[in-house]
Amino acid sequence: MRIRYLVLLAYILFLMLPLYWMVNMSLKTTAETLTTFSLVPKSLTFDNYRTIFSDPAWYSGYLNSIIYVSLNTVMSLLVALPAAYAFSRFRFLGDKHLFFWLLTNRMAPPAVFLLPFFQLYSSVGLFDTHIAVALAHMLFNVPLAVWILEGFMSGVPKEIDETAYLDGYSFPRFFLTIFLPLIRAGVGVTAFFCFMFSWVELLLARTLTSVNAKPIAAVMTRTVSASGLDWGVLTAAGVLTLIPGALVIWFVRNHIAKGFALGRV
Amino acid sequence: MDKPVNQKAWLLVLPVVATVAFSAVIPLMTVVNYSLQDIFDPQTRYFVGTEWFREVLNNPSIRAALGRQLLFSLIVLLIEIPLGIGIALTMPRRGPWVPVCLILLALPLLVPWNVVGTIWQIFARPDIGLLGRLVNGLGIPYNYTGNPLHAWLTVLVMDVWHWTSLVVLLCYAGLQAIPDAYYQAARIDGASRFAVFRHIELPRLKGVLLIAVLLRFMDSFMIYAEPFVLTGGGPGSSTTFLSQLLTTMAVGQFDLGPAAAFSLIYFLIILLFSYVFYTAMVRLGRAEG
Amino acid sequence: MEWMAWTLPTIVFFSGIGVLLLLMTIWQVVSPSVERKGFLPIPTTRGDRLFIGLLSAAYIHLAWLALTEAVSLWWAFALSVVWLLVLLRWG
Repeated sequence: MRIRYLVLLAYILFLMLPLYWMVNMSLKTTAETLTTFSLVPKSLTFDNYRTIFSDPAWYSGYLNSIIYVSLNTVMSLLVALPAAYAFSRFRFLGDKHLFFWLLTNRMAPPAVFLLPFFQLYSSVGLFDTHIAVALAHMLFNVPLAVWILEGFMSGVPKEIDETAYLDGYSFPRFFLTIFLPLIRAGVGVTAFFCFMFSWVELLLARTLTSVNAKPIAAVMTRTVSASGLDWGVLTAAGVLTLIPGALVIWFVRNHIAKGFALGRV
Repeated sequence: MDKPVNQKAWLLVLPVVATVAFSAVIPLMTVVNYSLQDIFDPQTRYFVGTEWFREVLNNPSIRAALGRQLLFSLIVLLIEIPLGIGIALTMPRRGPWVPVCLILLALPLLVPWNVVGTIWQIFARPDIGLLGRLVNGLGIPYNYTGNPLHAWLTVLVMDVWHWTSLVVLLCYAGLQAIPDAYYQAARIDGASRFAVFRHIELPRLKGVLLIAVLLRFMDSFMIYAEPFVLTGGGPGSSTTFLSQLLTTMAVGQFDLGPAAAFSLIYFLIILLFSYVFYTAMVRLGRAEG
Repeated sequence: MEWMAWTLPTIVFFSGIGVLLLLMTIWQVVSPSVERKGFLPIPTTRGDRLFIGLLSAAYIHLAWLALTEAVSLWWAFALSVVWLLVLLRWG
């Protein structure tokens, strides 16, 4: 018994150490980072964070990311909800192939779509807009949302639908007033996953933007390639990217395991 | 399978089909078009047939990257799947510590992929990183920016750090779904811990493990941001994987034709693997009812 | 649509795929396919066999390009068609 928890503890320690190191560096001056090696900051400073909150080049990156991530989450959920219901309740012509085709888009490397996306969004004048990134991220988020929601919906007994229809509910009214509240945990988890996968993605977000919608991830990689790294500011920016994820995970903490199992347990 | 047949369901899936068609079918068609032409600008382009495909298939650096990629995905699966199962078994099944463990475990998954690279960059650097200092302090000369083997090990450890939690969470969800009655029956029979794992837990984990293998294989096969930030694909090209090579071709050098041919081959590989895994998953689901 | 850089061969190719899908849909409506076991290791429907056939056709073409030097690709195409028909009938 004891050994079992020691293993778990050691593993969690392994997960936390690199994160701690980043937090540690973000609270030091870059000079201290480069000259002395210390496990805790010798002279605690919040200057790095102050730089980020006062420089528009930095904080607009966060705003851009949050805008397209939110757009993406809402749009993905809106189109995925009815589709997931259809997959979980009915058989129809080509349903299995359609489902697999959706999944291939979750599996396909974004790099494959990079080139045509760049051309597509440039030609319709959406290049460097938030909506372009949100649409591009729907490529992998919509299939994922359908997949998770379908799992959650299949767990709801079909008798509920039948009773509602017998009671004279129309489909939209049934769906909004009875069905949605029943799977709200599933919707929450799905929203969390859409948020997360859009938040962590770098390749498409960076390629489809240049100035106006430039995400924080791209701001950070540009800093990396510049000579003379400002480790303090870079790590502070990294720490700040963890906060949205940590906040949303709190709301779905009781369903997170089931969500990662795509609602299929 | 007692789902009723209802063709009206197509109306419900129509929005999804429309969005995904816009962002998947049109781009894929475009890639096919590009792959057969030499393109200078939209007005100046020449049909070159399958020349780009031949070139890509015989390109030594693409072949090397493909080999590297397959090896990487294989090693990642071999480490992360058993480790994930193991860690999931050590988790408490209920109690106040469960949500704490879950959130701590899920934390690496929420880190933007390029920040994962940054975290490991500063953690492993021999001059300012804790890990780098520690390993060098033990008398092992370690420098991931100069030594290909060290770079590989760092990328692997980074991926284990980043993604094993996904396997843990999947397995944990699977374990939670096993009714207590099974364990009680095993206790009455006096089954050993290993027997419980082998005959009760493992069979019941098959479903989630397939999902885990599917997701881990696909995601490791498209790894981009983490090694890009950590090592930039180096030293040399020792940690350059497929996505990075393709990105360099597509938006670095703007070689539209070869990049498109490369994209299609990459996509076909993924399509084959996901079809095999998915078919296995569906059949398993059906066998269990 | 200019940016999509269409050419005649690709138009023919995608039209071919489109027609094929349309025909399979009509066939499915007229006489629904029943899952059966052929020489493939899994029981398949007609649609599954078409997909497997098309995917393997792509691989046949790639293998042809990788392994031969300037031998006409039509041979690979002929081979794929034969393989697709075999698959649909006995797969």
